[in-house]
Formats: sequence, structure tokens, C-alpha cells
Amino acid sequence: MSARSAAGIEVRRLRKQFGGLSALEEVSLSIAPGEFVSVLGPSGCGKSTLLRCIAGLERPSSGQVTVDDTPVNAPPAGLGMVFQRDALLEWRTVADNLLLPVDFRRGDRAAARRRAAQLLAMTALEGFEQSYPAQLSGGMRQRVALCRALVDDPVLLLMDEPFGALDALTRDQMNIELQRLWLAERKTVLFVTHSITEAIFLGDRVVVFTPRPGRIAEVLDIALPRPRRLAVRGGGEFIAYASRVRGLFEDMGLLREEA
Amino acid sequence: MKGAAMALGVLVALFAIWEVAVRALAVKPVILPPPSAIFAELAGDPLWYLRHAWYTLIVTLGGFALALVMGVMLAIAIVESRLLEKTIYALIVGLNSVPKVAVAPLFVIWLGTGAEPKIAIGFLIAVFAIVIDMVLGLKSVPPDILDLARSLRGGRMATLWRIRFPCALPSLFAGMKVAISLALVGAIVGEFVSSQRGLGYVILSAQGTFDTARVFAAILVLGVMGVALFWLVTLAERLAIPWHASQKEYLPTA
Repeated sequence: MSARSAAGIEVRRLRKQFGGLSALEEVSLSIAPGEFVSVLGPSGCGKSTLLRCIAGLERPSSGQVTVDDTPVNAPPAGLGMVFQRDALLEWRTVADNLLLPVDFRRGDRAAARRRAAQLLAMTALEGFEQSYPAQLSGGMRQRVALCRALVDDPVLLLMDEPFGALDALTRDQMNIELQRLWLAERKTVLFVTHSITEAIFLGDRVVVFTPRPGRIAEVLDIALPRPRRLAVRGGGEFIAYASRVRGLFEDMGLLREEA
Repeated sequence: MKGAAMALGVLVALFAIWEVAVRALAVKPVILPPPSAIFAELAGDPLWYLRHAWYTLIVTLGGFALALVMGVMLAIAIVESRLLEKTIYALIVGLNSVPKVAVAPLFVIWLGTGAEPKIAIGFLIAVFAIVIDMVLGLKSVPPDILDLARSLRGGRMATLWRIRFPCALPSLFAGMKVAISLALVGAIVGEFVSSQRGLGYVILSAQGTFDTARVFAAILVLGVMGVALFWLVTLAERLAIPWHASQKEYLPTA
């Protein structure tokens, strides 16, 4: 693994407005190289906006984002992204979808092919290299998208509710596979989700957002040992984290027991 | 292929009903000749029909090819430039509602009586379908795919070539299917206006001598040609975009 295999992120007093509408208010966050950070919040709380600002796809209204101490004005080099809908190119086979990042920077296709084969093997997609996305199931498609994000050895992986459109069982499976890939590669990951379980299961830290305008309500350190197994979700520690988050959402008025 | 066989069966049945009805009702051949007379006319000098059909085919393909190349280039220019979109594209959409056939005589004045004015008319009628469908296709790239291209630091040309263009292919083929038929219409209109060759000329000259069987024979050849051209575009589509949902029946799923 190269010296610069994971990037550090610094978000300072980030604000983002769309027209008169405030999406993010004074968000500051520091992410260490190789850290897995879950960003959790209700729909429309600006957590995707935060991710897009870090990706350089959106310009902050004020404040600053730096990746490895370089201010982000455009998408930084070494960025891997996974979107809610897999964003696979329907006209490319699985193998060729994985070569897209290399094609865009006119890189070495042969080397990328070897790396692609390795990733496909890790995600149980061998034998589907020549399939088109239309021939795959939703979970397989999202695994291809994940492989594509990793194929060019990114220093930063940004994932925007990547498993939100999958069924519960497939989602659990994807959580396990993502954890395994992350343990093997130790990329810096920012993982946006609205699932409390998913956020705690995957994250070293869980950043909990308030409803719009998005602010950080609390940052939880998740001290569960890795590799985490799905059964950990039934354990006392996990349940304590989950009820802590649920309590935060109740305080925000997002969860109410009484009708 | 089963569908094609059934369509052919329906066609044969229609010809049979036509034949029987014309004979039973004693319709004058100059009004409506029976199919047997039309086929006899065709069989009388098939090479003569073939020669005229060949001319019309070349003119049609010329107009279509020109419309395809110019249409795609124009669509790319329109999508890449706000100014062009506001000026040329707005004009093109407006001009599309003008009956282009009306300008056919002008092309004869400008380009003479050879193949050129016919190709030009075919081009003019067909190009709108290509431009409008191609612009639609180039603009219908899903936003997350454009975000993906930006996150991979893809430049404008790379994004156009690797993302927008392939994404637009299904739409382009839809436009091509319309355009190939329109190019044939353009060729016939061109031959109507001034020609000594082609199926349009055959129809017009046969009409002058009230040779109704010959008019129908030419129309029949035109029909076969139209279907064959459409089928060729469909075949090209199947080869070019096997991944698209419209081709799903040819693609096994996991």
C-alpha cells in the first residue's frame, strides 16, 4: 500500500444555502486518515449536502473543506464515490464499468483490470465480468458500484446512502462486505445513511445531524471491536448506542411514542 | 420472426379479399386493379422496376446519411452551447412545424434536376427527427451519472464522449427509425417535383397515362423498401445497444 493511502478531511464552519433555504449551518468536523465515519440524520437534513461539499460537487456558501490540507474547490484527486442508485453505465459491462475511472484519467487499463478482478473476487462477482448491469440484481449492481469506487485506489471514499434502495437482507449482506473491504483497504470513509443500525454497525464514529438546517447534534464514538458480526446488533453495548441516538431524535421531535 | 410470419399472413389474406372483392363487384381496373394485375405488371419488367427502385434507394440513403451526420453534430453543438440552444435549437423546433415539402421546388432551382435536390429534400425532412431526438438523448443523462463523471474529474470532451454520447444512443436510434422513413418520403417528393428516374417518377408518369396497375406496382415496391430500411435500422440498433432495456428480450438475466 502506498504512503498516501487514506486522506484526512477537515470541515470548518461549513454553511450551505440554496436560494434562501439553509441546508447546513456551521458544521465543523475532522476526520482522520483511515477512519470510518457514519453521518446519520433524517431525510433532508443536509447530510448529503455535506458529502457533496467534501466531494467538490457543491460549493460552500461559507466555511471551508480541506482534503489532506488542500482546500476543495473541485473534486479532489483520489476520490471514490458511491451513490444511492448505483450510477452504473448501462452500456458498459461489469468489467468495463470498473475501468471507467482509469479511462477518465487515461491510465493503464491492464493494471486496472488486475485490480478489478481482485475486487470482483472479494465481492463474489467473479463470472459476471462480461454481464451488463441490466442483467444483475440490485445488490449485485451496488457491489459493482462499490468496486468501481475502489478500483483506482482512492484516498477517500464518499458513500451517499448507498444501500438505501436495497431490501433489508441484501442491506445486511452489503454491510458485512463493506466492513470487510474497509478492513482490508483502510480507506477514509464518509458514509451517509438514515439507518441508525447501519450507522452504528459500520462507523468508528457516528455523526448525528439535526433536521434542516443541518447541524451536528452529537458525535458518538463507537467502541465496538472489529470485525463486527451482525449478532453484535443484539448486544447490550450496541443497544445502548442505538437508544442514545433514538433519544437524540426524540429530543429533536422526530420520534414520538404517543399519538 | 414469428411476428413477421403472422404479419405476412395478414397481408396475404388482405390481398385475397381485395382480389375477390374487385372481381365480384366488377370494379374498373383504372379505379382499382386487382392484386393479380399489379403482380403481373411487376413481373412484366422486374429489372425496369429494380432500376428505378435502386435510384430511389440511393437518394434515400444519401439524404438519411447526411441527416444523421449533420443532425448528430448539430445536436452536440446545441447541447454544448447555451447560446446555440437558445438560438438555433429554438429555430429548429419552430421550423419543424413548417411543411418542408413546400420548399422542394426551391431545391430544383438551386441544385438542378439531378440526384442532389432529392437528397437535399430527404435530408431536410429527416434531419429534424435526428436533431430533436439526439438533443433529448444527450440531455437525459441521469444526474448521479454526471456527478460521477465530475467526481472522476472528467473533462467536457471525455464526459461527452464516454457518458453523454452512449447514453443518447437509444434516443438516437428512435430518431433514426423515424428519419429513415422520412428520408424515403423526401426522395419521392423530390422525384415528384422533377425527375426522369426513380419510383416517384414511375408513379407520376403512370398517373399521366392512367396506368393504375403501374402506380400500385411502384407503391408496392416502395412499401417493401420502406419496411426493409426500417428493419435495417432496427438490426443496427440491436447490434449497437444490446444493453438497452428495449433489447432486453435478447439479453439473459442473472
